[in-house]
Amino acid sequence: MIETKHVDFYYSSFHALKNISMMMEERTVTALIGPSGCGKSTFLRLFNRMNDLIDDTRVSGECLIDGEDIYSKSVAVDELRKRVGMVFQKPNPFPKSIFENVAYGLRVNGTRDRSFIARRVEDSLRAAALWEEVKDKLRESAFALSGGQQQRLCIARALAVSPSVLLMDEPASALDPISTSKIEELIASLKQDYTIVIVTHNMQQAARVSDKTGFFMMGELVEFGDTKKIFSDPVNEQTRNYVNGRFG
Amino acid sequence: MKWSRRVIKYMIEGLFTLSGGVTSLVILLIVVFLFKEGMGLFTNPAVEKGYALCVNAANPTGSLDARVVKQIFDGEITTWEEVSEGKMTGPIALFRFNEIFSRYTEEELGEDYALLSPRLQEVVAGTPGIIAFLPEEYLPPGQEVVKRLRAGNITPGSFFTGGEWQPTVAPAPRFGVLPLILGTIWVSLFAIVLALVPGLGVAIYLSELAGARARGWLKPTIELLAGIPSVVYGFFGLVVLVPFIQKLFSLPVGESALAGSVVLAIMALPTIITIAEDAIRGVPRALREASLALGATHWQTIYRVIIPHASSGITAAAVLGIGRAVGETMAVLMVTGNAAVMPRSLFEPVRTIPATIAAELGEAPAGGAHYQALFLLGCILFVITMVINLSAEFIASRGQGKGVGA
Repeated sequence: MIETKHVDFYYSSFHALKNISMMMEERTVTALIGPSGCGKSTFLRLFNRMNDLIDDTRVSGECLIDGEDIYSKSVAVDELRKRVGMVFQKPNPFPKSIFENVAYGLRVNGTRDRSFIARRVEDSLRAAALWEEVKDKLRESAFALSGGQQQRLCIARALAVSPSVLLMDEPASALDPISTSKIEELIASLKQDYTIVIVTHNMQQAARVSDKTGFFMMGELVEFGDTKKIFSDPVNEQTRNYVNGRFG
Repeated sequence: MKWSRRVIKYMIEGLFTLSGGVTSLVILLIVVFLFKEGMGLFTNPAVEKGYALCVNAANPTGSLDARVVKQIFDGEITTWEEVSEGKMTGPIALFRFNEIFSRYTEEELGEDYALLSPRLQEVVAGTPGIIAFLPEEYLPPGQEVVKRLRAGNITPGSFFTGGEWQPTVAPAPRFGVLPLILGTIWVSLFAIVLALVPGLGVAIYLSELAGARARGWLKPTIELLAGIPSVVYGFFGLVVLVPFIQKLFSLPVGESALAGSVVLAIMALPTIITIAEDAIRGVPRALREASLALGATHWQTIYRVIIPHASSGITAAAVLGIGRAVGETMAVLMVTGNAAVMPRSLFEPVRTIPATIAAELGEAPAGGAHYQALFLLGCILFVITMVINLSAEFIASRGQGKGVGA
């Protein structure tokens, strides 16, 4: 379970997130939507502390995963990131073989057991619905795969370290429609085991894959609720305009 | 108004085209000039120009190899049996031109040395085992008693594989460039071995670890290092490094290949650091984030993802560093001791190609064999640096295929 309480976030003097309180339940898909620059990606990157990589940023409020404040001093960031996986907007496989891409997280974890690694790689590729396509060419470069396959490889890579949360930052925006629908099917099946938070620009996608939807604008969480409700009968006027495609 | 502007535009464009063309042409001409002068070496006789080797006409030996001539004049070969396959016997009597002045008085040589040639003829005719090194000007006229030895030309084989560089030895100077080529490679390679680890370390520090402030003053300092004239490095090496090395390893002299390598390593550092840092910074952010997002630590990310990805750029940095070291002249000239011998250890003096050219060109008579040999050394250096630059380019371009595919 992910919970934020009165979270504010600043890029030096720019107030990027304003007093966000939100709760995402286990084994659900939460979609974050909103116009460009609204803060939804920044919000997503709070949960694996990816924003730490940017100089001169500041966060206040509470950000809890399974009840633990992930911004407290006692949290080791690399341990946190093993529990909270991330899939990026553009597929970003390493310039290594397909097998080594998936095994990477295990190797940096210090896992040496070869048969265990091989099993985890297969399981992860199966979970990412990629196994059948790549099982005969695990030693080939990941760049030999198509864009959609690369993105599923990145999902498999994130799954290999057994996270409980999966963050997805517009995972299908760089893909063609067929690859996109495969990713969406995948999200639906991954929901059974993972808590998923997905940022998307694509309204239909949010409607198709998510249980809950949060609408962001200018750093504020304008409305948050069941996806069906947000798309059919939102409370807020701005939400209605946005989901109906009037702006954004 | 409009047409005048157009004319100016054409004029400026023409000027730029012209300057580009002229520059390329000048560079091309320099290369052609270099090779033309250098290749002339192989049309030179092995014996010093203007001089001839003569023997008694009764001696059946027709020609001698340049190496043999040197050994004879060094006293290593003393009998004709060793060189003429039994056709001629007896000890070799060496005769150098200036010995004539101790054999004959000035009166006997006549006014203005008018009798010099006949006297020389007397000497050659009177000594069956003689080999005389004489100026062509005073060559004795009597063909029936004095025979001039045919001397072959300097061969590419002896030039490129010869182990002795003694360009001013008479009668047969030795142009073996192997010690110089090996000296250059030896000093440069060890310089890179010394420079690579600290250079890479600084590059990683600058691109990954340094804060904005540390980077802000460190980077300009390193770039400043590249701008220091090499003679200053040489001076530093001579005054500080050479005595230090001499003391540290208790050597007879501190001027050594090691001193050259250390100075070159310091000089190659800015090149290596700058290019390696660019390569490391060129690693896509997406890859960094992918690794960190999987729970890898910063260090794991550096050595598992960033360095492998930047490896071609880092290799190019090392190769260009070598290129910088190979062509460096002044600093090396000042600290390596300049002994043109085959390099055997780091603690002995060596001599590099650029140092040889700089040190000897001033005293080599223009157009002579020595002069042409130095030009040919320039050609060799040109080829070495060209190969280095091309391979750096090749390595760097091969690395560009590693972007993040979409």
